[in-house]
Amino acid sequence: MKPIIKLLLEGGSLNTSQMAQVLKLSEADVNRQIEELKQQRVLLGFRPVLNLSHEDSGVVRAVIEVRITPERGGGFNRLAERISKFDEVESCFLMSGGYDLLVFVSGASLQKVAAFVSEKLSTIEGVLSTATHFMLRSYKEHGFLLGGKVEETERLKVAP
Amino acid sequence: MDQSRYIAQHVVNLPKSGIRDFFDIVAKMKDAISLGVGEPDFDTPWHIREAGIYAIEKGKTHYTSNLGLIELRRAICDYVGKNFNVSYAPENEVIITVGVSEGLDLACRALINPGDKVLYHQPCYVSYSPSITLAHGIPVPVPTFARDGFALTVDALRAAWQPGCKILMLNLPCNPTGGTCDRAQVEAIAKFAVEKDLIVLSDEIYSELTFEGVHTSIASLPGMKERTIFLHGFSKAFSMTGWRIGYACGPATLIEAMMKVHQYSMLCASIIAQEAAIEALVRGEDAMKKMRDQYHRRRDFIVRRFNEIGFKCHLPRGSFYAFPDISKTGMNEKDFAIGLLQATKVAIVPGTAFGDGGKGFCRACFATSYEQLIEASNRIEQHVQSLGNKT
Repeated sequence: MKPIIKLLLEGGSLNTSQMAQVLKLSEADVNRQIEELKQQRVLLGFRPVLNLSHEDSGVVRAVIEVRITPERGGGFNRLAERISKFDEVESCFLMSGGYDLLVFVSGASLQKVAAFVSEKLSTIEGVLSTATHFMLRSYKEHGFLLGGKVEETERLKVAP
Repeated sequence: MDQSRYIAQHVVNLPKSGIRDFFDIVAKMKDAISLGVGEPDFDTPWHIREAGIYAIEKGKTHYTSNLGLIELRRAICDYVGKNFNVSYAPENEVIITVGVSEGLDLACRALINPGDKVLYHQPCYVSYSPSITLAHGIPVPVPTFARDGFALTVDALRAAWQPGCKILMLNLPCNPTGGTCDRAQVEAIAKFAVEKDLIVLSDEIYSELTFEGVHTSIASLPGMKERTIFLHGFSKAFSMTGWRIGYACGPATLIEAMMKVHQYSMLCASIIAQEAAIEALVRGEDAMKKMRDQYHRRRDFIVRRFNEIGFKCHLPRGSFYAFPDISKTGMNEKDFAIGLLQATKVAIVPGTAFGDGGKGFCRACFATSYEQLIEASNRIEQHVQSLGNKT
């Protein structure tokens, strides 16, 4: 793995000038490497990880198990890519097991998500069935715990 | 009433820990960036903590055998056999201790007669010399040098050796220098130990954090298992400092002698820590390697920065400590560390806290976040420049 990717994963909150110091590069070089990763579509973007449970975020999220018919030549890809293009779809995965696609969707209300499923998703030719599960509460998002207060662990400042 | 006259003379004579003085100063300072710690910045991996919780839930709250849980001793023998290439019998060649510190103390108390001499390399962990003294032995320091990357050399051992030396203590990789010995050097030390008929106490607590080359345990060399007590623990590699759990492996006769002291003093190590330690050995390797990789990259960064600042800093091959030479400032290590702390709120530990061999050096622990390392190194750089401008 390239050093810059390791650093992006490990020191996620470093700015480019700090990254330049760690990697012993100029800041311009760091920016150039990041740009290259974007062009190669290795680095797709950055998004904040938020805990909106205390706010009225106005977002309803659901996970949908979708069964589809594979197509000669393309397998599941064409349909999966087509489903992925909807704005409502946050993530989409091909799965082993009892269904084919696991689709994470979000919408402004329960009705809007339900409407997406019944009017858009299930009416696509090749979609055999859907099973929608609404998310009630998040406990962990992208590696961050949401519950409770984050307690700083106390290390002695000087120890042998 | 003057209670102090009741204190045993050998305790009165023990020097106060140099690190204690420094701790008192740092503790009073708010928002200091501390590179003065001696432990990982990672909390214990969750699956290990969870095993401890599970043990409590299941009512595992009783004494264990003096030697420790047999399941843990078996897991240790498997682990040591696989990673250190020495085979021990779980029944009578392993004892679970309250950290390596207790293992070291047990070995000293079990082996040292009053007046026996003990060789140990220096700079070293703060408790080596006191452990020898508390067992009524005589500490015989052997210097290690920056020019050797703080590896222990046989020449230095030979120069320090004197009649009456019975034990050699090793700590490879070493706290505070990060120095260690390659296989040829360990072989030479082993040959010397045989020649002088020494028992070796080998504290290998930092062995998993070896970044270059392969760690060689002296116990694994031909003829050395019979004269080595292998001391190890979970604190550093598995981020388990607060659990206080370690172990000693060695010939059954010596483990039995250590067990005698252990049973009358400690009885046994905490069963909860023992249960968690099993989990660490059986399923902890991936998390451990991940942490080691991170230490490795941070080491490369901080050592490079010290050299850029103008402090000659050898590349520590193991541990999570850098040991830069600060003598170019013209100050002694203690004045420099205190000045740095007061001017920039960055704490590093004066090398002399680890013995006279640390003169002119400071210890900086790199088991902390990149942000802190970057900020600390920038502040040290500015401080050193401002010192230069003044002179």
